[in-house]
Amino acid sequence: MDPGTHPGSEVEQERTPEMHGTGVPAEVEDAPLDHRPGVSGVATPGGGWRRADGPTRGQQRRRKRKGGGRGRDGDPTVEDAEFQSYYGRQIVKSAVWKTPDVPLYLFLGGAAGSSAVLGAAAEFTDRPALARTAHLIAGGGAIASVGFLIHDLGRPERFLHMLRVFKPTSPLSVGSYILSPFSALTGAAAALTLAERMDWVPRWVKAPSLRRTAGVGGAVFGGPMAAYTAVLLANTATPSWHEPGDTLPFVFTGSGLAAGGGLCMAFTPVDQAAPARKAAVVGAAVELVAMHKVETDHGIVSEPFHIGRAGKLLRAARACTAAGAVGAAVLGGRRWGAVASGALLAAGSALTRFGVFDAGMASSKDPKYVVVPQRERLAARAAAAADS
Amino acid sequence: MSQFSSASPAFTGHDTENRLYGPLPDVTGEAGYEADHPARVGFFTDTSVCIGCKACEVACKEWNTLPMDDADGNRDALGLSGMSYDNTGMLGANSWRHVAFVEQSRAVDLPMPAIGLPAAPGQGAGSGGGCGGSCGSAETPAHGNADGTTIDQHSVLNAQALSSFDPQTAQSGDREIRWLMSSDVCKHCTHAGCLDVCPTGALFRTEFGTVVVQDDICNGCGYCVPACPYGVIDQRKGDGRVFKCTMCYDRLTDGLQPACATACPTQSIQFGDLDELQARADARLATLTEQGVTTARLYGRDTDDGVGGAGAFFLLLDEPEVYGLPPDPVVTTRDLPSMWRHAAGAAAMLVGVALSGFLGRRR
Repeated sequence: MDPGTHPGSEVEQERTPEMHGTGVPAEVEDAPLDHRPGVSGVATPGGGWRRADGPTRGQQRRRKRKGGGRGRDGDPTVEDAEFQSYYGRQIVKSAVWKTPDVPLYLFLGGAAGSSAVLGAAAEFTDRPALARTAHLIAGGGAIASVGFLIHDLGRPERFLHMLRVFKPTSPLSVGSYILSPFSALTGAAAALTLAERMDWVPRWVKAPSLRRTAGVGGAVFGGPMAAYTAVLLANTATPSWHEPGDTLPFVFTGSGLAAGGGLCMAFTPVDQAAPARKAAVVGAAVELVAMHKVETDHGIVSEPFHIGRAGKLLRAARACTAAGAVGAAVLGGRRWGAVASGALLAAGSALTRFGVFDAGMASSKDPKYVVVPQRERLAARAAAAADS
Repeated sequence: MSQFSSASPAFTGHDTENRLYGPLPDVTGEAGYEADHPARVGFFTDTSVCIGCKACEVACKEWNTLPMDDADGNRDALGLSGMSYDNTGMLGANSWRHVAFVEQSRAVDLPMPAIGLPAAPGQGAGSGGGCGGSCGSAETPAHGNADGTTIDQHSVLNAQALSSFDPQTAQSGDREIRWLMSSDVCKHCTHAGCLDVCPTGALFRTEFGTVVVQDDICNGCGYCVPACPYGVIDQRKGDGRVFKCTMCYDRLTDGLQPACATACPTQSIQFGDLDELQARADARLATLTEQGVTTARLYGRDTDDGVGGAGAFFLLLDEPEVYGLPPDPVVTTRDLPSMWRHAAGAAAMLVGVALSGFLGRRR
């Protein structure tokens, strides 16, 4: 049989395009045992070794779609980049944090943090309705946060182990020492707010000074509460969380202001809600600007923010936040306008948290986002070393 | 024993003693042990002599009574990874040693085939679909039983021989197949991300300089899982806590070697004092390089790398990512001071914006 006309040999050639690019290098002169110069197994750098042919890319994609995204396989929607990996398996582990627990915790923490500050300030500027709303949102959000956080633990009954040590290197440890007093104080302020209208509560408990003290105490931890959760995500090896680590705190606090301001504005008579409105509009602007930086400044690591479920969530978040901010600025003085734009801002904030969470999870599942940036880093370092 | 400054470098970024990042000659002392602590121990995994027998995996599973799981970490599941001989798949809560099987092939650049040559016995059998004997015949001129093959087969552990005859390489049609095998394990980093971020203190540095989880303290927060730049530690499903290689802390305290190193039949996994292993690895690399194995490189050996050097390091024969290892891992805590500073700025921004709304005209 003539090999040249055999159908199988043509197929074989098509499958091996690299054979033209990796010819036999020049004869190695001082290699007496090397009977096949340049084609030895382990000795030749760049000897053309590729992972053995599995299914073609098209087949892999089809199979992955059928699989419905189970397991730890790569994201089938991303484009292929030039990089090597171990059978496409992920390198870093994905966070084991549950959704919606943790994204909701991020959202509630931000909303509660900014509400606590608004509530404390409202106490001293004669805005009782705003103070009341803000205390309830802050306290309710904080207590729910604690619930979500404990529910997310693998061993919930051991939640107090969080307070065994204090470690500045662990954002979760620092966060535990923020969340604990924050939830206790804002929860107290919220309870005292509710107690005002209950007849059976003793009068000394209803004293405004007690509520104000709790409110101010909670407000002290409000800013850190909204900001630390960004560091919580960023201080991981998850590429799309770690790389924008200096910008994420502004996304999260901006988002927290938008949510807290939006919710306070929705549940407060408009004549007292002006500070909440302003906070919401400025916060939404900060969120949009910072999120734009996260989505564009980090090359390939920004990609997960645009594609897949994270991309959809973040596009919806942007639309909600922008519409809510414009609505609050233009129509926030009317009751229905305040309710509608406040709800939009809160929805935008929640969608942002879900989107950021999802983007990070997606980035951990595809080895591309680990290998490509690290390769670039190595190449840049090598180039710098060559220059000097 | 190192001095403890009043403000943590995690907040200030003032890390003169390399407590977050950079070389740290006495990691055990930095962790607070007295000066007479044992020497830092480690693994040197020389993948050039790994035969993929998985004795390390089995020994580890048995000694540590690790439950069964599939390649994705699902408990009590027997599943095929669908990619190679590797159904362990990854390091995780239930697999503290993982032998990677990298099946690689490449086209053999052949001289033009001499038409009509008969197929050499045993050559055409493994060739790809439909190729049959005629493709096999093509490689006969290039790869017939040259005398060198026989010689090399008798001395496969000799690096010079390895450079020309690799026992892990075989012919298949016009393609050449080789296997890279590497037993992966927790790196026991000098700057361990998992240890840094653990909020309960469940993860700790032992007197041997290794990193171990105390499973009676771990509350399953899971923060260490995404913090590891190598993707080693994982949460055990159905249990909730995290688990990883302890370097057989229990055996070490009784003067024994870790189970995997004890079981390894080819000394691919070597256990010992880290400085001694490093010297041994340097010598091995020099030997291989001198004898022409130019793809050999040490991984995790450099104390100037992103994790301050690993307690378990490797000699690899290809790029790290081919084995599923990150090419340039960095402990996430290196960037934490900057993140805290920006978070402080963001928190101040929040308070400022919220309070500024109360200024000015009352509407």
